[in-house]
Amino acid sequence: MKQAEVLIIGGGPAGLSAAIEAAKKGCQVTIVEANREAGGQLVKQTHKFFGSSQHHAGERGIDIVKTLIRQCGELGVEIMTDSVVAGIYDGKVIAVDHQLSLTEHEFIRIQAKKLIISTGASENAVRFPGWTLPGVMGAGAVQTMCNVHHVLPGKKILMIGSGSVGLIVSYQMMQAGAEIVGIIEALPHINGYAVHASKLTREGVPIYTGYTVKEAIGTDHVEKAVIAKVNPDWSLVPGSEITLDTDIIAIGAGLKPLTGMAYMAGCDFVFDKALGGWAPAHNKHMESTVDGVFVCGDTTGLEEASTAIEEGTLAGLGAAQSLGHVDEKTAEEENAAGWKRLNALRSGFKGEERVIAKNKQLREYEAYKGEEARA
Amino acid sequence: MRVLKHPIFGEEKDIDWVTIYYNGKPMKAKKGEMILAALHAQGIIVNRYTAKRHEPRGIFCGIGQCTDCMMVVNGMPNVRTCITPVEEGMTVDTQDGYGKWEGDAK
Repeated sequence: MKQAEVLIIGGGPAGLSAAIEAAKKGCQVTIVEANREAGGQLVKQTHKFFGSSQHHAGERGIDIVKTLIRQCGELGVEIMTDSVVAGIYDGKVIAVDHQLSLTEHEFIRIQAKKLIISTGASENAVRFPGWTLPGVMGAGAVQTMCNVHHVLPGKKILMIGSGSVGLIVSYQMMQAGAEIVGIIEALPHINGYAVHASKLTREGVPIYTGYTVKEAIGTDHVEKAVIAKVNPDWSLVPGSEITLDTDIIAIGAGLKPLTGMAYMAGCDFVFDKALGGWAPAHNKHMESTVDGVFVCGDTTGLEEASTAIEEGTLAGLGAAQSLGHVDEKTAEEENAAGWKRLNALRSGFKGEERVIAKNKQLREYEAYKGEEARA
Repeated sequence: MRVLKHPIFGEEKDIDWVTIYYNGKPMKAKKGEMILAALHAQGIIVNRYTAKRHEPRGIFCGIGQCTDCMMVVNGMPNVRTCITPVEEGMTVDTQDGYGKWEGDAK
């Protein structure tokens, strides 16, 4: 059986950062990545990051990912691409389905000593009459088609949601030559950064706050969208309908942690709205309630790529420490420094609610371990 | 619609093309791009029709998770076109329902 000292599931910003940290400390690291290339969703982020220089501020996601992958290469991290984890078994045996071509697969079993789960998140859907019509898609899908594959799936885009994703993707589609017919937001106010919203309103993009989508109209694809004002109880205001000509309805209605692997591994979960829903509890080393299974990035709560990078670094450090590759004192100092950087990231926009939610995860870990010890 | 000029990516020139066959008709595709991208470039956004109600489906997630963009590729049904790259001479057909397995794919 193939051996991996540290096996990482998911090669996005969290997984790559975990790999870099663990490898720097002397671990032998393998990343299992489902896609053709590692990088996660950074590969489509053409915007410049906020924050400080230690968090890649001013750099674009598409450039940050190149740096991370290059560092992994220099440190001898193995990245298995086109490889989907099909099972996590007792004793940290991982079954991997490696796709070789359209029709050929090989099945590989890997014995891991430590496991790091960094599978990211998935987009939330919004259901409404006509939502299955071609042309209704995730905001992330529009962004992937444009920024990764350099095609636009349509010309006139209606964006649902005025959070960071909705605003940033709308602006990027405009850069690529599409028309944004409107951005709708069910909340009475814009949900993302004002600086992003004003870039769009300056260009004449209407942002409809207090509106939702009533239906998509079309035979084989979207031709029109009907939007309507929404009451606080989510009922529609009669007579408030506006019909817009559009061929794409993009859904930017938030994301939720992609936790299948953590469930399979047997991790204990906590629910918190601020982090996108259910996510695995963990301690300050990012170790889940299952010994030797670490979690980091959006898998353990929806935040940003810069947060995922920090959490990944902590998880990589934690794994290396538990393997005895780093002395206790150094590990504790570096862990504390990592949390200091994380707290700085969580001090800004909507930071407080995330800090509260993260503390809840840490407390749940302690409570679970306490019960486990008593049992 | 292709994005050939972009403020960050610059201008795309000297593209290598291959030919794929969409529902039997030859079509130009950029070498190595995803099947779905080649179709979107031509304004084609219906990939399949559902088995029960025969409703059209097209891209939803674009990253291989949702399976709405599945088509029959080289005779093999249920291929996720958003994460499968084109190859010279590849056949890509609209999928009807669950698709039919025509024996070993090419």
